Amino acid sequence: MTATGRTLTTAAAVSRKRRRPLLHYMRRGLIYLLVAVGGAVSMVPFGWAFLSSGKAPNEIVNYPPTFWPQQNLFVENYRQIWVEAPFLMWIRNSAIVTSLTLIGAIASASVVAYSFARFEFPGRNTWFFLMLSTMMLPGEVTLIPSYLIFKTLGWVDSFKPLIVPAWFGGGAFNIFLLRQFYMTIPRDLDEAAEMDGANPLTVFIKVLLPLTKPAIATAAALGFIGSWNNFMGPLIYLNNPDRFTAVLGLRYFMQGTTSAQLSAGPPKDHLLMAASIVVALPCLVLFFVAQKYFVQGIVTTGLKG
Amino acid sequence: MAVTAGARTTTSVRPRMTAKQRRRAWQGYAFLSPWLFGFLAFTAMPIVISIVLSFTKYSVLRPPEFIGLKNYQHALGGGDALVWPSIGRSFYYALVSVPLGLVGSLMVAILLNQNLHVTPFWRTLFFLPTLTPSVASALLWRWMLNPEIGLVKFFLNSVGLPSPRWFASMEWAIPGIILIGLWGSVGGSAMIIFLAGLQDVPVELTEAAEIDGAGTMRKFWHITIPMLSPVVFFNMIMGIIGALRVFDTAFVATNGGPSYATWFISLHIYRTAFMYFDMGYAAAVAWILVVIIVTLTVLQFVLSRTWVFYQGETR
Repeated sequence: MTATGRTLTTAAAVSRKRRRPLLHYMRRGLIYLLVAVGGAVSMVPFGWAFLSSGKAPNEIVNYPPTFWPQQNLFVENYRQIWVEAPFLMWIRNSAIVTSLTLIGAIASASVVAYSFARFEFPGRNTWFFLMLSTMMLPGEVTLIPSYLIFKTLGWVDSFKPLIVPAWFGGGAFNIFLLRQFYMTIPRDLDEAAEMDGANPLTVFIKVLLPLTKPAIATAAALGFIGSWNNFMGPLIYLNNPDRFTAVLGLRYFMQGTTSAQLSAGPPKDHLLMAASIVVALPCLVLFFVAQKYFVQGIVTTGLKG
Repeated sequence: MAVTAGARTTTSVRPRMTAKQRRRAWQGYAFLSPWLFGFLAFTAMPIVISIVLSFTKYSVLRPPEFIGLKNYQHALGGGDALVWPSIGRSFYYALVSVPLGLVGSLMVAILLNQNLHVTPFWRTLFFLPTLTPSVASALLWRWMLNPEIGLVKFFLNSVGLPSPRWFASMEWAIPGIILIGLWGSVGGSAMIIFLAGLQDVPVELTEAAEIDGAGTMRKFWHITIPMLSPVVFFNMIMGIIGALRVFDTAFVATNGGPSYATWFISLHIYRTAFMYFDMGYAAAVAWILVVIIVTLTVLQFVLSRTWVFYQGETR
């Protein structure tokens, strides 16, 4: 069956190429043209923001716009964002929230995934189903009571509401991802270790965890993006500007809208663009480093889900 | 009846659990406990509180006061003139952005599935917008779509077209938000899932069709699309849930304006709860949104039987 399939592949390919080479190249050309246009559209806002971030406040409002900054204030503007606002503190806050969320989410999600993948207990399938259905639960419904609970605990205006829940379960997405991964690891490995007298915790730490590095990298990569980019959480729980995360702090540079009456003075659009690029940068860099983990994670949860 | 059945299962299952099985079960629950606690504390309890709250008047300062169905009557009966129009705006957003997003993601996936040179490079280009914080992408696009000096205006004008005033006009504000949403999602996870789905379409099928003389379009409609239908379905479900909850981009780019043109239902909930501290009423509106989303999702699952084809399913 497969052999026939393969011969057909080559036969079809050969006949196509032999019959209409010109059409083939035109088709390839068109595909590359479309991909290039699409790629350009994806990148234009970054490019335009970058060019704008090197301009002077009076140059940025010119119409028709200048393209390359005439005064070339890149260094100046990128230095200014740290002076103008406590931007470094906001980045630091984001780093604290993101790293603590990530550690908690991965630690607890891998433990819970271990439970779902390797233990038989009454009610397991019910819990698993409930866990999966929380993935589809619109957050609006828990938003208000969660706020009230954290307010009662005195946690508002601290990072705790953003971090602590991640330590208890680590998110349905991560549990599912890691559980799917554990399912692919042969049980013989656990059983061999158990024969040698290892308890379940030892099996988990010594046998399973070392094998799950790719899945953990995937969860970490996607979790980093989710936490770093989170807007609604910080918006609700953080009021004191000293505690803002970078994403929340971005609005400081905004002007002329009611949502950002935090700042006053001349237009800061050039700084806004510079700051936006700085805030987006860690995620973009992370993707370049861990691209295959992103793709793998999305595919696992999307197709086998 | 149920009790007897329950008792029978217990008597038939319990004795069969050996000491080892019982220990394993106990250990399983121990490893499950972080999630179990988190689920009860941060999901189940909030859901219960939220239901109770939606029947009360509660402004944080004074204890909640039970008012029965008044919140729901106020929201649905026209007492709050903003509720229905904002649900309508969220639907407008979803109805335009979800189909465009699905078609766009599928088209990108098909392009990237053509054995291009350096596919990872192109995939990265398309994926980068997804990774951009929604606040940053709203800000970048607000700048691009500036009605006086924006790059989009410059581009449209230079090819001889008039430029919409985007966030400065009532009728172009939502299309502007849709544009931001599409930019941030077309190359994202939906596209990656489509791409993986395309690579799962059996080559034998397309080649058999080719032998039978099917052209590119017929192969696409009669083989690729049916084989992809589970993936389309998954992306559609997630897309609609996400689109009806649109918040970040609208909050940052327009904050609901101009004059309520982008006042989506999620903005209404946020405002009611965290600006006016009308917590009970906001909880009721949140439940209305949830009921709408759940109903739509169930409806799609029912409808999916008519058009989603699962490979290996016996019919």
